[in-house]
Amino acid sequence: MSGAAPASADLIVSALVVLGGAFALIGSWGLVRLPSLMERLHGPTKATTLGLGAMLVGSVVWFQLAEGVWTTHELLVSVFLFVTAPISANMIAKVHLHRLRQGEVSKGAGPAGTPEPPPGAADWATHEAPHQGTPGDFVGD
Amino acid sequence: MMNRLLPHPGLSLLLVVMWVVMVSDLTFGTLFLGIVFGILVPIFTAPWWPERPPVRFVPALGYLGIVLWDIVVANFHVAAIILFKPNRNLKPAWLTIPLDLTSPEAITVFAGTISLTPGTVSSDISACGQYLLVHALHAPDPAGEIAKVKARYEARLKEIFR
Repeated sequence: MSGAAPASADLIVSALVVLGGAFALIGSWGLVRLPSLMERLHGPTKATTLGLGAMLVGSVVWFQLAEGVWTTHELLVSVFLFVTAPISANMIAKVHLHRLRQGEVSKGAGPAGTPEPPPGAADWATHEAPHQGTPGDFVGD
Repeated sequence: MMNRLLPHPGLSLLLVVMWVVMVSDLTFGTLFLGIVFGILVPIFTAPWWPERPPVRFVPALGYLGIVLWDIVVANFHVAAIILFKPNRNLKPAWLTIPLDLTSPEAITVFAGTISLTPGTVSSDISACGQYLLVHALHAPDPAGEIAKVKARYEARLKEIFR
């Protein structure tokens, strides 16, 4: 680390890191205080993405202003985060739906209740195999 | 012949760009290795992804901009709910969104967008592939919420995947 970083760089980077930390903290606080599993899922999937984003921008700015190089790893970290966050949230939600239907959720369904089945003959994909010709149908391939 | 060699040109380009970004150094060697991966990986994974969805890249870039902006807005929105709205005033709801999109790639992008933006997480798809189950953190007006998501994201995705 070179000691020649301008004071403005320190200021910008500090602001971004503090902003990032604040959002990560709010996301974690949401995990504690929201009423049931499905609401708690919203905290970590959203409030923390901007938290991490701000820290990553801080990292890019730091390397540019203090070391004089452009780093691109941060971009890749955010891409992987945006691709994986919805998938893990979806898996947690599906397990929750399954456990709700099985009556395994001891604390009840939470304020949103149990979801209605979709209109028409088909059920949700957690409870019923995908029909032929739909995206998840591997038998028809 | 071209289809056999480059089953997914978009994926190939993405792999080259990601390789260069990961090495964080644009030299001939990096680019060359990136191109080798960009050609080989789609060929070996093509059996699991047989169709090539038609994607229009210019509207896709506009969509990316809108989604990134909405993610920033969503973060402030959800942070405000977490900090200031007591649980008794919170109105969480399940939304059943009828899908106009039919291609698996388009539905995946739509569901992912919903999970990343204001107070909604996509939870399941119907077995017939025509409805999406979404959980909303705070939706006093579920019908309005559904209309908003369909107009803002699904209409644009229909332009991109067609």
